[in-house]
Amino acid sequence: MKLMTCPVNGTRPVSEFVYWGEIRPMPDPDACSDDEWAAYVFNRNGAPGVKKEWWCHTPSNTWFIAERDTEKDFVLRTYLYGDDR
Amino acid sequence: MKRLPAMPDEWIDRSTVVRFRFEGSAFEGLAGDSISSALWAAGQRALGRSFKYHRVRGILSAANHDVNVMLQDGPRLNTRGDVIALRDGMDLTAVNTFGGVAHDRARVLGLFARFLPVGFYYKAFHSKRLFPAWERMFRRITGLGVLDFDTPHVRTPKRYDFCDVLVIGAGPSGLSAALAAADAGAKVVIVDENAHAGGSGLFQLGGDAARREHTRALLQRVTAHSRIRLLEGTCAGAYYADNWVPLIDAERMTKMRAAAVVVASGAFEQPAVFRNNDLPGVMNGSAMQRLIYRYAVLPAQRSVVLAANADGYRVALDLLAAGGEVAAVLDLRADVPASPQLDALRSRGVELLAGHAVYEAHADGRGALAGVTVCRIDAAGKVVAGSQRRIECDGLAMSTGWSPAANLLYQAGTKMRFDDGLQQFVPDVLPQGVFACGRVNGAYRIESRIADGRRAGAAAAAHTGFPSAIDAVIQPETESPSHAWPIVAHPDGKNFVDFDEDLQVKDFENAVQEGYDNIELMKRFSTVGMGPSQGKHSNMTALRILARLTGKSPQQVGTTTARPFFHPVPLSHLAGRGFSPQRQSPLHGRHAKLGAVFMQAGAWERPAYYAVEGRTATDCVRAEVARVRSAVGLIDVGTLGKLEVRGPQAAEFLNRVYTGRYDNMKVGSTRYAVMCDDSGVLADEGVVARVADDVFYFTTTSSGSATVYRELSRLNTEWRLDCGLVNLTGAYSAMNLAGPASRAVLATLTDMDLSSAAFPYLAVRSGLVAGVPVRMMRVGFVGEWGYEIHVPAEYGPVLWDLLMKAGEASGIGAFGVEAQRLLRLEKGHLIVSQDTDGLTHPFEVGMDWAVKLDKPFFTGQRSLKIIRKLPLKRKLVGFMLPANHLGQVPQECHLIIGDGDIIGRVTSISWSPNVGRHIGLAFVPPEMTAPGTALSIRVTDGTMVPAEVCTTPFFDPTDARQKEAT
Repeated sequence: MKLMTCPVNGTRPVSEFVYWGEIRPMPDPDACSDDEWAAYVFNRNGAPGVKKEWWCHTPSNTWFIAERDTEKDFVLRTYLYGDDR
Repeated sequence: MKRLPAMPDEWIDRSTVVRFRFEGSAFEGLAGDSISSALWAAGQRALGRSFKYHRVRGILSAANHDVNVMLQDGPRLNTRGDVIALRDGMDLTAVNTFGGVAHDRARVLGLFARFLPVGFYYKAFHSKRLFPAWERMFRRITGLGVLDFDTPHVRTPKRYDFCDVLVIGAGPSGLSAALAAADAGAKVVIVDENAHAGGSGLFQLGGDAARREHTRALLQRVTAHSRIRLLEGTCAGAYYADNWVPLIDAERMTKMRAAAVVVASGAFEQPAVFRNNDLPGVMNGSAMQRLIYRYAVLPAQRSVVLAANADGYRVALDLLAAGGEVAAVLDLRADVPASPQLDALRSRGVELLAGHAVYEAHADGRGALAGVTVCRIDAAGKVVAGSQRRIECDGLAMSTGWSPAANLLYQAGTKMRFDDGLQQFVPDVLPQGVFACGRVNGAYRIESRIADGRRAGAAAAAHTGFPSAIDAVIQPETESPSHAWPIVAHPDGKNFVDFDEDLQVKDFENAVQEGYDNIELMKRFSTVGMGPSQGKHSNMTALRILARLTGKSPQQVGTTTARPFFHPVPLSHLAGRGFSPQRQSPLHGRHAKLGAVFMQAGAWERPAYYAVEGRTATDCVRAEVARVRSAVGLIDVGTLGKLEVRGPQAAEFLNRVYTGRYDNMKVGSTRYAVMCDDSGVLADEGVVARVADDVFYFTTTSSGSATVYRELSRLNTEWRLDCGLVNLTGAYSAMNLAGPASRAVLATLTDMDLSSAAFPYLAVRSGLVAGVPVRMMRVGFVGEWGYEIHVPAEYGPVLWDLLMKAGEASGIGAFGVEAQRLLRLEKGHLIVSQDTDGLTHPFEVGMDWAVKLDKPFFTGQRSLKIIRKLPLKRKLVGFMLPANHLGQVPQECHLIIGDGDIIGRVTSISWSPNVGRHIGLAFVPPEMTAPGTALSIRVTDGTMVPAEVCTTPFFDPTDARQKEAT
C-alpha cells in the first residue's frame, strides 16, 4: 500500500486519503463558449506526467495539493492550497 | 529409512519418529523432515506425476519449486512435498493421477505427445459446437487436487509490523547485510522462507568447513543482536509500493512496512535440458546438497554430476563426503578453470570429462534413473556424433546455472541488465530505498557475498538515517556461475524446459516458427512459466532458447512480469474481514427496543419499519402511515447531513454551492436547497435555515452527507471565502414529529409560541422543549403539520422518550423509512438518487423554480444555461394504476414502453391507502406529461401494465393539512 503525506497529519497509508482530481482552472463562465465549457466539464488530461492534484486526508478532512509524477508513480511534494511557494 | 551420520546443521530430530501414509502405504520419517525427504530416505522415488503427460517425477529442487510433487492431505490441497514439514498421521495422496502414482492410467497421454503440440488448446478447441464436450473432458482430466467442500472456514488475523531495514533472505549475504544495518543503528527484520536460516552457506560446502563456519558466525551474531529480529519460515511474498511487504508464515500474513528493503534472495538453480531430464534421481545439485546436509539423506548411491560452474564440483565433493560414489563429473565447458575442488576430485580418482554433456537419461523398470548416456559437445553446444557412451548411475546432479530470485526486485520496479560475463540478469537501476546483494546481485563467491551484504546493509541503514563508514570491496567474479547453453538437442525430445507444464525444447521451436517470437507472446502461447512454480526453473532457459532462435541477446529478449505472490499463499491468509463502518443514530437503542427492522441507508442503519408481532411488514408500514395521517408519528431523521456555515460570507458560500438564493433569506426562515455538479446534474438536496445573519444551518441527504461535506470543504478551501464550515451530523440528533396532533403534543412540552403567526410553515425557531435546547423547523416532507426538531445528540434519546410519552394520549407511534417513503410519494416529493439518476438535471424533475440562473455564479449554472436552451428529453411525472388494478404490480426500474421502444422508467411506486390506488413517479418523454396520458409499463415477465399520468401531489393537493384551519 502506498503512503501519502498530509501536510498537517504527516505520512499515512493512502487508504486514508481520497483523490479528487487534477487542479484545472475554470474558464470564465460568462466569457467562454459552450464548447470551451463542455471541454472543462467533461474532458480530463490522462497523459502521464507531473500533475497537481487535490487530495483529502479523510479522517481529518484536510484538503491539500499533491504534486505527483503519474509516469514514475512518485509523489514529489504535498502542501496546503495556496502554500505553493 | 536410511540416514547418514549426524550432520552438523541437520534439521531433523532423530529422536522423534513421525508415522504417515503415502498413496495408501505406511511410511516413517523424522521430525523436521519434509515430506519428500522422508519418502526419499525410505527409498520411494516416484513422488508424483507431471501435469500434462503424467510422467513420474521425484525431487528436483527441494526448495519449494517441485510442483510435480503436490500432495493432498485431507482438506489440505496441493501441499508441496519438497518443503512442507512432515506431521504425524498425514495421509497423503499425489494429486493429478488416475489410480495412484505407481500406475497412473493417464500416463498413456505421454504416448500421444505428438498430438499435443504447443498451443494445443488454441488449435483444437475453437469450435463453439464441440467446446462444451471438450471442456467436460478437460475438467475431468486436468486440475490438481480434490476440493473438500466441508473444509472448515479459517479466520486468519493479519498482523502489522514496522522496521527500518527489512532483509529478505538469511543466507550469507542477507545475514551480513542485517548485521551491517543493525550495527549502524537501524532496527532490522530479516526473514527467510526456510525453516532455518543460513541459506546455502550451510549446505553448499564442497567439503570446505570454512564456508559453514563463516555462515555460523554470522548467524550467531544476528541471533544475539538486540536490533535484529530473525523470522524463519517466513516468506516475503511480494513487494508493494513504498516498501510494503507481506510476510507469509504458516499461520498468517504480516504486513510489513519498512523504511528500506534489502533483497538478498539468492538464486534458483536451473535444471539442464536433455532427454529424460525429469526422471526421479535427476535433480539439481543444490537439491542433493539440501538432502545431505538438512535431512542426512544420501540422494543416490552412485551419481554423475553435470557441471558448468564451481558449484557442481562442490556437489561432487559433498556426495563423496557423504559416502556416495561419484561415477563422473561432466563439464559443459571445454576449458575448466583450475580450482582446489578440481584438484580434490582428481586426487580422489573421479573421472572428469570436460566438454561433455548428458545426451539422455535412462529409466529402470520403476521409472527411476538407472543410467545416463553422455556425449561430447562442441563449442556451439552441438552433440559430437558418435561420442555417446553410457554410464550406470542412480543419481544425476545438475549444476549448470542459476537464475536470480529477482521477483521482488522486478515488482519494486528495478531495471535489470543482462550481464554477459555472469550470464545472468543483475539489478541495473534500483528504486529508492530498495537494495540488492548476494547472488541476486551477481555476487557468487562466498567472500563476495558477505562483502556485498555489508555494502547493501550499510547503504540501506544510511537511507533510513543511520550512516556508517563501511567500505566493502567486491571483487568481480572470475568464472560464470551459469552456462549460456545448458541444452542438448535430441531427436526424440522429452527434454523438458518447464516441468510444470511439460514443455519440451521443440515446443519453443514450434512456437517461434508459428510467429510467437516475443517473450510475452511465447509465454502465453506455450504457457511457459505459467504453472505453479511461475517459471522459477524454466523462464531463464526459455529466454535463452528464444534469444538463440531469434538471433537476439537475452537483454533484447527481456523478461516477463513477475507478479505477486512469490509462492502460492493460502486464500485464508489473504481473505480479510470486510471493513465497512456502519453508523448508528443516537436513537438506535430506542428503535431496537421498539422492534425496528433496520435497513442500510448510505453508511447508516435506519429503521425500515417497526415490526409488530403477527403482522406482515406491509401491514406494519401501512399502520405507521395511517397513524401519521390520522394522529401523530415520530421519525428519526438524525441521519441527515447537518452542516453549519458561519461568517460574513456564509450566504455567498451557499449562493455558490446551491442553485437557489440565500443572501435574501430572513433570519428565522428556511429554504429548500438543490445542489448540482459541474455538469448540472442533481447531486444533493436539503433545507437551509438562516439562524442568524451570518449563521446558516443546513441539511443534506443521509447518504450524501459525508461526500457533500467533503466537497464543500474543498470548495471553501479553494474559494477562500470569509466563512467556516462545521460538520454537525454526528453532534446533532434530529426527529420529525408529524401529523394532525403534532402541535398539540409538542405544546405540552414547550412554552414556545407554536401559533401559525409566530411559527409559520418553513420557519426555523430556537427554544427549549422539555428544557432541552432545540432548533426546530416547520417542514412538510410527509405532507402533514410537522416539526423537525434538532437537538444536541446527547439529548436525543431523552427528547424522543418525552415526545413519545407526551403523545400517548394522541396515539403517537414511531414510523420508519418505508412509511416516510410512501408518505412523501403521496405528496409527489422526489428522493434524490431514487427518483433521479446520474444524468438528471433540475429541469427534468420540475425544479425550475429552485434554480436561479440569474445569480452571478453557482456550481453547474453554466451547464444548466446550456441545457436550458436544449429541448427536454424526459420529465418526471406522477402516474397511477387503474382503480381496480388486479394484475401484477410494476416495480421500481420497470420500463415504460411505447411503440416497442423503451421510453421511460418507473422510479417509485407504492400502494397508497389514502389515494386507494397504486401511485408512482416515472420518467416519460416530454410529450407524454399531460395528465391522463396512457402509459404502458412492462413488468419482469414481459406483461404490459396500463397506467395513467396524473398531477401531483396525489394527496392533499392544496397542502391544506399543513395550513391553519380557517
